[in-house]
Formats: sequence, C-alpha cells, structure tokens
Amino acid sequence: MRECEYSQISTRSSTPMETPYKKRTPKKRKWETFPGRNKFYCDGRIMMAKQTGVFYLTLVLILVTCGLFFTFDCPYLALHLTPVIPVIGGVLFLFVLGTLLRTSFSDPGVLPRATPDEAADLERQIDVANGSTGYRPPPRTKEVVINGQTVKLKYCFTCKIFRPPRASHCSLCDNCVERFDHHCPWVGNCVGRRNYRFFYMFILSLSFLTIFIFAFVITHIILRSHRNGFLTALKDSPARYPFTAQPWLVVCFFSVWSIVGLSGFHTYLISSNQTTNEDIKGSWSSKRGKDNYNPYSYGNIFTNCCAALCGPLPPSLIDRRGFIESDAPQLAPPANGITMYGATQSQQSHMVSLYTVS
Amino acid sequence: MAETHSLQDLQQPAVSSKVFIQRDYSSGTICKFQTKFPSELESRVCTDRQQFEETIQTLNNLYAEAEKLGGKSYLEGCLACLTAYTIFLCMETHYEKVLKKIARYIKDQNEKIYAPRGLLLTDPIERGLRVVEITIFEDRSIGSGR
Repeated sequence: MRECEYSQISTRSSTPMETPYKKRTPKKRKWETFPGRNKFYCDGRIMMAKQTGVFYLTLVLILVTCGLFFTFDCPYLALHLTPVIPVIGGVLFLFVLGTLLRTSFSDPGVLPRATPDEAADLERQIDVANGSTGYRPPPRTKEVVINGQTVKLKYCFTCKIFRPPRASHCSLCDNCVERFDHHCPWVGNCVGRRNYRFFYMFILSLSFLTIFIFAFVITHIILRSHRNGFLTALKDSPARYPFTAQPWLVVCFFSVWSIVGLSGFHTYLISSNQTTNEDIKGSWSSKRGKDNYNPYSYGNIFTNCCAALCGPLPPSLIDRRGFIESDAPQLAPPANGITMYGATQSQQSHMVSLYTVS
Repeated sequence: MAETHSLQDLQQPAVSSKVFIQRDYSSGTICKFQTKFPSELESRVCTDRQQFEETIQTLNNLYAEAEKLGGKSYLEGCLACLTAYTIFLCMETHYEKVLKKIARYIKDQNEKIYAPRGLLLTDPIERGLRVVEITIFEDRSIGSGR
C-alpha cells in the first residue's frame, strides 16, 4: 500500500474567478529576446544586421539610377529603337529589387546559441578530456576528417557550441552563421548558407542591369549626337538630366566594373564550392601543401553550381516568430506506466492537472 | 483503489538528467548524428541498444533525404529562381516537408518506445539541429514502497 501525503491544494494563485479582471501578460515572441545584434521588423518576419545605413544607400542608388533611366532615356529609346528595351529593363529592375530584399531580409543561417544544459554538458566533456588542471586550458578545438581532409572545429565562446565546418562567428552581428561567406554592409546582412544564392542572383542581375543601363544611356547620347553633334549632346544632357554629367558617367563606369568584378569572383567561388572566408584565408589553397584540397567540392563545376544555386533551401534554425514558453517544472511520470507523455516537451510543461492513479 | 495526488506533488521536477547526441561531421556539412550509444543511457536505463541506433540511423536517413541533391530539388530551385523566389510564399519547401515527417516520426518513437522506458527524445530542430536531446526521467516508483 502506498503512503501518500495529502497536502492542501493552494487555490489562491491561479483561480480565474478570484481575479476576473487580471490581465494576462502578453506572450513574447522569440525574436524579442534574441541574443544576437540583429534588428527585426514586421513582428519577426524580417531580420537584418544592426547597421543598415549602407543598405538604404544601395536601395536609393538603384532606385534613383533606374528612375532616371526610365524617365529620360526609355521614352526616346522606345520610340526610336524598340519598346522591348524598357520592358527588359523593367524585368531586370524588378528581379534585382526582389533578390536584394530577399538577401537583406532573410536569416542567413544563424545558429541558435546552446541551451544552458547543452553548454554544461559540453563543458563537462571538455573538462574530462583536459583532465582538470589548475591553469586555463588552451582554445578548444575538435578535429574531424571530412573526405580525407582534417578540419579543425573551433569552440565558440559566445555561442557555447563547437562550430560546424564552414561556420563562422560574425563579430558585427554577434552570431555564428552556417557556411559563412562574408558580412555585406551593402545588403545590411550577413551572407551565409540560406541567402547566398539570393546574394549571387542579386549581384549577377545587378551586373546585367548596370551594363544594360550604361549601354543604352551611351546609345541614347550617340543617337542624339547624330542629329546635333556629339559635344552638343553631352553638353545638353547635364542641363536636361543633371546626373548624366561627365563625373557621374565616370562613377557609373567604375561601379559597373566593380559589380561585374564581384560577380565574376563569386562565380569562381561557386564553381569551386568555396566561401569568401575560405578563399581569403587560403584554407584549400594548394600553396598550403601538396595534399590540400577542398573536401566540400563535388568534383565538377556543374554540380558545384547546381548545389549552390538550386540545392534545397534549409529552413531557419532560429524560431523567430515562436512564442517563448515559460519554464514550467517537469511532471513526475505515473508510477504504473500510463503513457501520458507521448507528447513533446512543450506540451508536457502545460500538463498541470489533477489525475488519479488506480 | 484510486489515489489522488495533490498539485504540489505533481509540480515537483522529476528530470534526472539529459544526454546529448552530437552531430557527426565526418561526411561534411550534411545533418547527421552520431550513432554511438551513449554510456549514460546504459548505466541509467536499460534501453535496447539496437533500437536506439536504429532510431538515430532513421533520423539520419530522413535528414539526408531532405538535403539530397537530385532532380526534384533542382526543379524546385529553378522554379523558385524564375519566380524571383516568390513561390516560397505559398509553397512549402521540400526540406520543410521532410522536417514535418521527422517530427511525426520522433513523436511516434517517443510514444511507442522511449516513453515507457522513461525517456523523451527532443526534435533536433528545436535545438538548431545541433544535438538530439534525450531527457531521462527519474523513476519515482523506486523507493516509495509498493
């Protein structure tokens, strides 16, 4: 016969009848207590870095340049050449804008920080491995062999996890990001596993758009000059549209080349399945050793490109819009094994009710 | 004979400890968990070693299916690119579909195999796909004298 201690149930704290007008504290969403240095908009749907000034500059530059092009050059070109030109320009412009916003607003692949239990467990394992000595242990690393190459996994002291291969901690956003490429101030976000393809599509389409605009502005000036003479055409332009003045054209020319150059660089990175981070550090460079090769490469350029651009899109690991569950204590399971807990942990913490055991 | 327990009794924590199955990176960055049977489970609860390894292996296979590069994923990727990625506003990605499958599988395994043994597997997605968290519940019937 089981001995049971019966104690009085306290009804003061939770009966709704006693305090009918007590307002329930609104549940907070997880993005509100996110530990990294990120900004969230639209109730957690949009995620950006802290410094977004340069992103707005990018947006303004694209909108102003395209706006001027559509207002001043397109009517003339549509009339004298073909109306297809503004259509293609429009499509390119929309694609550029779409990919830019997608790159800037999405989660780059942030790894959530370890829960206290996980961190404690890892610490225990590391202490056992080190054999607790008096002095501070050296930086924690784990070695793993991937496809024949030895890769060092570093321990992140901020996130309290061993970083997966190719992940890196962004000091600006204070997050560990999977397949970290670089932090791009122009898009106001990190570029990582989840938004690399959008970033690449953005710079590629932007290259096409800038070359397109540049080419057709020159065409416009040339066509006009056939009528009035080249110098007159150039002289006229600044008066009619101040932004086609010579210094501006020079600026355009150099920006076109830098964007095209960047696209070319990223095309090379994609085809060899490397990140900017790895390329800069020379992780897989043959200069490091004869046997040094990239273990992540699929062997041929086509597969590498397909994997980077058309591979499956992993979901966000940080649940931004989920509600924060209050830490309720876990229940004792029934002694005779009634399966009450075929439920997830979050459901379990809500099971605070009286039950009978027979 | 029916016994009634008070609310206070039920609210006392009964979690004995947690065991974490870490990721296995030997095949690269794909999501894969170590199938090695943790020693803490062995000493605490008599769990069928084979069953456990089978569960983890099935999980690994499901994650591999989610991340597989093949005709279907390429088609999805190309279609998404052509629609300027707006298609994801109304359609679920292949990865998300498989994650739902994994959630159902874990729930099923918990109900059938692990709950009767006083264990609970947490879906890795709730831990950022870093670990499989196994919660070991204290067996309160021991020592209470039947």
